[in-house]
Amino acid sequence: MSEPLLSVRGLTVEFPTRHGTLTALDDISFDIAPGEVLGMVGESGAGKSITGSAIIGLIEPPGRIAKGEILLHGKRIDNLSPPEMRKVRGRKVGMIFQDPLTSLNPLYRISDQLIETIRAHLPLSEAEARKRAISLLDDVGIPAASRRIDDYPHQFSGGMRQRVVIALALAAGPDLVIADEPTTALDVSVQAQIIDVMKKLCAENNAAIMLITHDMGVIAETADRVVVMYAGRIAEIGPVKDVIRDAKHPYTQGLMGSIPSLTSELERLVQIPGSMPRLSAIPPGCPFNPRCPKVFDRCYVERPDPIPSGTRDVACWLYDRDEVAA
Amino acid sequence: MLAYTIRRLLQSLIVMLVVALVAFSLFRFVGDPISSMVGQETTLAEREAMRDALGLNQPFPVQFFSYMGRVLQGDFGISYRLQQPVMELILSRLPATLELALISGFFAFVIGVSFGVYTALNRRGWLANAIMTTSLIGVSLPTFLIGVLLIWVFAVEFQVLPSFGRGDTVDIGWWRTGLLTPSGRVSLILPAITLGLYQLTLIMRLVRAEMLEVLRTDYIKFARARGLSNRAVHFGHALKNTLVPVITITGLQFGSIIAFSIITETVFQWPGVGALFINSVRFVDVPVMAAYLMLIALVFVVINLIVDLLYYAVDPRLRVESGGAKH
Amino acid sequence: MSDNAARDPASQDPIAVPAPPSAWRRAWDSDIAYSFRTSPMALISGVVATIIILAAVLAPWIAPYNPFDPGSLNLMDGFTPPMEPNAFTGNVYWLGTDNQGRDIFSTILYGARISLFVGFAAVIFAMVLGITLGLIAGYRGGWVDSLLMRVADVQLTFPSILLALLIFGIARGFIPPAYRETMAIWVLIVAIGLSDWVQYARVVRGATMVEKGKEYVQAARVIGRHPASILMRHILPNVMGPVLVIATIGLALAIIAEATLSFLGVGVPPTQPSLGTLIRIGQGFLFSGEWWILAFPSIALLALALSVNLLGDWLRDALNPRLR
Repeated sequence: MSEPLLSVRGLTVEFPTRHGTLTALDDISFDIAPGEVLGMVGESGAGKSITGSAIIGLIEPPGRIAKGEILLHGKRIDNLSPPEMRKVRGRKVGMIFQDPLTSLNPLYRISDQLIETIRAHLPLSEAEARKRAISLLDDVGIPAASRRIDDYPHQFSGGMRQRVVIALALAAGPDLVIADEPTTALDVSVQAQIIDVMKKLCAENNAAIMLITHDMGVIAETADRVVVMYAGRIAEIGPVKDVIRDAKHPYTQGLMGSIPSLTSELERLVQIPGSMPRLSAIPPGCPFNPRCPKVFDRCYVERPDPIPSGTRDVACWLYDRDEVAA
Repeated sequence: MLAYTIRRLLQSLIVMLVVALVAFSLFRFVGDPISSMVGQETTLAEREAMRDALGLNQPFPVQFFSYMGRVLQGDFGISYRLQQPVMELILSRLPATLELALISGFFAFVIGVSFGVYTALNRRGWLANAIMTTSLIGVSLPTFLIGVLLIWVFAVEFQVLPSFGRGDTVDIGWWRTGLLTPSGRVSLILPAITLGLYQLTLIMRLVRAEMLEVLRTDYIKFARARGLSNRAVHFGHALKNTLVPVITITGLQFGSIIAFSIITETVFQWPGVGALFINSVRFVDVPVMAAYLMLIALVFVVINLIVDLLYYAVDPRLRVESGGAKH
Repeated sequence: MSDNAARDPASQDPIAVPAPPSAWRRAWDSDIAYSFRTSPMALISGVVATIIILAAVLAPWIAPYNPFDPGSLNLMDGFTPPMEPNAFTGNVYWLGTDNQGRDIFSTILYGARISLFVGFAAVIFAMVLGITLGLIAGYRGGWVDSLLMRVADVQLTFPSILLALLIFGIARGFIPPAYRETMAIWVLIVAIGLSDWVQYARVVRGATMVEKGKEYVQAARVIGRHPASILMRHILPNVMGPVLVIATIGLALAIIAEATLSFLGVGVPPTQPSLGTLIRIGQGFLFSGEWWILAFPSIALLALALSVNLLGDWLRDALNPRLR
């Protein structure tokens, strides 16, 4: 693999609260290659969205990056000054949020929001920016873009609005797009279209995608590699095909069991018993130990870090060399 | 849009009619209009003749409509106490009240919005916290007490500002203004602060609360994620969305500024409509009370109407929905 | 408050009868009491408000003089500054005396008594009126509801102090001159109360509309009982929290409204001076240097209004009801 586009190293995010410090992300590391689609999957509260916010430097106070670093094109971006960071946002890293109904300012025309974003990053005149805005809207599949550009957000349907959001995220030609549950709020019928548009445009612009979702199905169809998150830690990371065919971490196995498959109709859908611990009550050792069907003594005492296992890294003592040998 | 405007106009008209009815009943049933117009020596027969002549023996609705007819021509009757036409009295005092209300309303809005935005953007700063704490006292402080305290400090202790009256005035047509003379402008300072302080704290707290709400929305997060500058995010996106609800409430606040001017005018012996009204209540000068009632109602109805239409103009969502089937 | 919260689930479940430690213990342990104990603002306001209210209630027993007893007044004592012996009589008054030789401290106690009486009475009047109208609007629905809520909407656009002033003025017009003085306090109470019923009505109406569809109300109708009495029993405990918050803040507003009207010279009659009347009197002596006649009643009014207001603020945060 060539030099990664984005590299996250030992990232730890903490939220100081009245009742002590909560660790929302605990020492996570992963890379994204140029043009790659990286899926990030997990239950709500697993730390997927916070990873996205941390990369783009928009963690809600009082949350903060306590340890680790984030590198873009080999340069650290987690310690940039606010004005420098603003040049990264939108220009190098674009972001798409979950709900297109609330992502657009209702009082501004689509054209205002697009042109403002384009001119914040690119040295274009008003007219040139408008031209670029119209071609962006064309690209994301808005019919009659030159006419509709001066409409207000409420004049578009949910799916169309998410296309506008994609156009806004790509407005300044970023190298990486973080898409945080981009289809969750949409009608099932348009979900696939939106994913297609996003994937196609990013491929054309050679932009990588970090796709955050709780829907393993979307990841299976879209992503090249997948990161499975659990309680603020990485459980498993590897090529999507391998993870789906042969999940290694017991949690991933549980996740796979919960999606219906066309090829193996006879298999029962498995549900993982229990629920993910709250951040204030993460057990010592492996955070998955209360729910794990294959738990053993070591899991209660020592915390597993991702261990290379074939094409993947798995944070599970089952795959530790000592255990495998024993 | 047109249907909406017409509906709002009709509603305003009904409110005005109800107020007029109250004003008329007051006028008609409080005391005996005849005895307030004639001397002791008038005989019963003469009084009865006057009743007939004035139409006081006609049915209530007839009387009401003829009263309304006169009111629409600007005839509110004669003040019992001052023996002058009520309309003349009100017109001669209106400029004083409007000048005071507009100036204090303007400063309350400008300072209130600036402080509100500042305290919202610097939520954890010590100055913002100090402003917020002070404003809590401002909300609890009765208007008249603010006025009295200001007089004590600036007129009695330091003797730097006048404590009563309008100072020298200049007539421009029928409009008597105090804004063109130095003593007129100086006289305006304390009353304007007194009148505006409460509105200022109210606007400030409202803007702060709204702005904090807006800053938490997804579209602000998305605007930041697109790398827009703080200035564009705060003063473009956030402020515009904050001001939509603020405009409504501030518009209504202007109505209450005119109402609170009653108190301020009394404290500072400001020769405006409010002081006229308070004296009419004290002496049960019914024609003045009835006229003031309708004037205030008119001001409120008009302001409500303007605010509603303004809201309509600012928020594009309302404009489209009114055309469709949605209510 | 906390009592209700503790008792309610038990009353719905006749089998589980918990053995309560003691009412006092439960009250002390409840969330609301904890919040009160740990909030310095609430503690200070609570203490200040309690002291003023107690002093006002006990005024006839703790005030050194009775300012309304002409026999006890000595004009020679007039304009005595605070803590200084009078030039003629040598008498010393803590807070000085006014022009008629009345002890300021005593007039404040008696004045606060009148201010608080008007305030509480107006709040109770507004509360009863608002709850009743809210119940009717919520239960009957239809045009009754639309009419009442329309009136409420219109009324809300007027500041309540202006409404109170207008109602007071109109009512004064309708009362024969001979009764104007004696009835002034009651007219004032009704005027302030009428100007402030809307919020109670809104809260109660909302709760009524939720409850009236429930089965027990239908059941009551089947067995021939008037559902209104049932609704009252079930709804009132539910809205106790918000109503208490509105009433506390309403008390501060009513006290300020009364003081304002009396200051304007259209409130309580001069024979029964409230804090507002005292401030009005004191303002007249500001320029001649007798600052204490104005200052102490003002401080008393401010302390009362501010402490009650802060208590209301705290209560709203502590109960966190949906007031809007």
